[in-house]
Amino acid sequence: MNNRGLKYIDEYRDKDLVLNLINHIKKSATHNYVFMEVCGGHTSAIHRFGIPSLLPGNIRLISGPGCPVCVTGTDFIDKAIIYSKKEEVIITTFGDLIRVPGSASSLEKEKAMGADIRIVFSGLEALDIARMNPDRKVIFLGIGFETTAPGTAVTIKLAREKGIKNFWLLCAHKVMPPAMEAIIKAGTKLDGFICPGHVATITGSVAFKFIPEKHNMGCVITGFEPSDILQAILMLIRQVNRKAPDVEIQYTRAVTASGNTIAQRNLSEIFEHCNTRWRGFGMIPSSGLKLQKEYEDFDAEKIMPVEISYNEDNPLCICGDILRGLKTPPECSLFKVACSPENPIGACMVSNEGTCNSYYKYLHNE
Amino acid sequence: MCLSVPARIVSIDGKMADVSVGGTIFKAGLHMVENVRVGDYILIHAGFAIQKISDKEAQETLKLLKELNDLQNE
Repeated sequence: MNNRGLKYIDEYRDKDLVLNLINHIKKSATHNYVFMEVCGGHTSAIHRFGIPSLLPGNIRLISGPGCPVCVTGTDFIDKAIIYSKKEEVIITTFGDLIRVPGSASSLEKEKAMGADIRIVFSGLEALDIARMNPDRKVIFLGIGFETTAPGTAVTIKLAREKGIKNFWLLCAHKVMPPAMEAIIKAGTKLDGFICPGHVATITGSVAFKFIPEKHNMGCVITGFEPSDILQAILMLIRQVNRKAPDVEIQYTRAVTASGNTIAQRNLSEIFEHCNTRWRGFGMIPSSGLKLQKEYEDFDAEKIMPVEISYNEDNPLCICGDILRGLKTPPECSLFKVACSPENPIGACMVSNEGTCNSYYKYLHNE
Repeated sequence: MCLSVPARIVSIDGKMADVSVGGTIFKAGLHMVENVRVGDYILIHAGFAIQKISDKEAQETLKLLKELNDLQNE
């Protein structure tokens, strides 16, 4: 994509603003700070723009669990693969998921062997495929956090309104705040969170208030351009220095305190919270979304149940520790040796927003 | 995955809009935003507009950053 002349992007990449923010950060950073970005989009932006190399040595950024592809378990991929082997099924998925390894194969490999797996840009496209193929069973792979899940909710509502009977959801949608609480409870040493800007467009800043209130830790909801990220780091440093943890919004052009209430309404109409497994964390209470009873007729697993046998992930892969901010990719014996974006072993290497992928692409020589 | 990009609304047909990201046109569902018009900027994510971008707030942020800049240069 040509980024030249993009409004609301270019202005926030201005070199002078960035250099000036760095100067302010250097002056304000009087001791050591560790901040975690929980959104994979931030991980990718931070490395793409070389932000760690601009920061003074006493500020460390660590990556959290914020890439839905990375935290989706191999069991989800295995289930999707079983469905894809059924003659009558069309699997529709976001492109992010297609190369993620299951326990024995991937959707990409199954597609190469003839399975009908189609990459879609949105749930609406998947619904169109169902409408145009009334003799086939179309399954949409629902992954993503609060940013993505409302779109799935709208799609399910439209499927019902339009009477489309050959469309089902295989659901692995998750919500972010319980995972942030799990990180705090796991004892990861942190001074604050760079909070996910696009999740927060939906949830509003209110969803993160429990972090300063219950855990005495600061939060800044942050945009995705270099000056956004640096401004957020400066705001976090000032919160720590003042000993006044709070939820501040840096990304005010898109985020409000209450968020997108229409999207929230769609979510609560269609989904309910459930306990769900996160790669690297195990079960996190109330961190998943599942279809409400009234919409169970759209649940692929209810209508066409499948059995999978659980297989262990590669025991050398440390994606789990990386997702919890405990280790960095160079500490993994597979990193750049057996595991690369061309031949990923762990999910953190597959996704463009995975920590290992970002390290591989942008910190290749470290 | 949660990446969203600013896109300008080019045309609206019911609940669907054509939006432009640097000249490339995408379809975006307007099911989750209210009071949007042609010319407005929205954040597009996975085929849906998830939020209208506030130009007033965008300018405020830049103004604040520029003030910080001036402070440095004094």
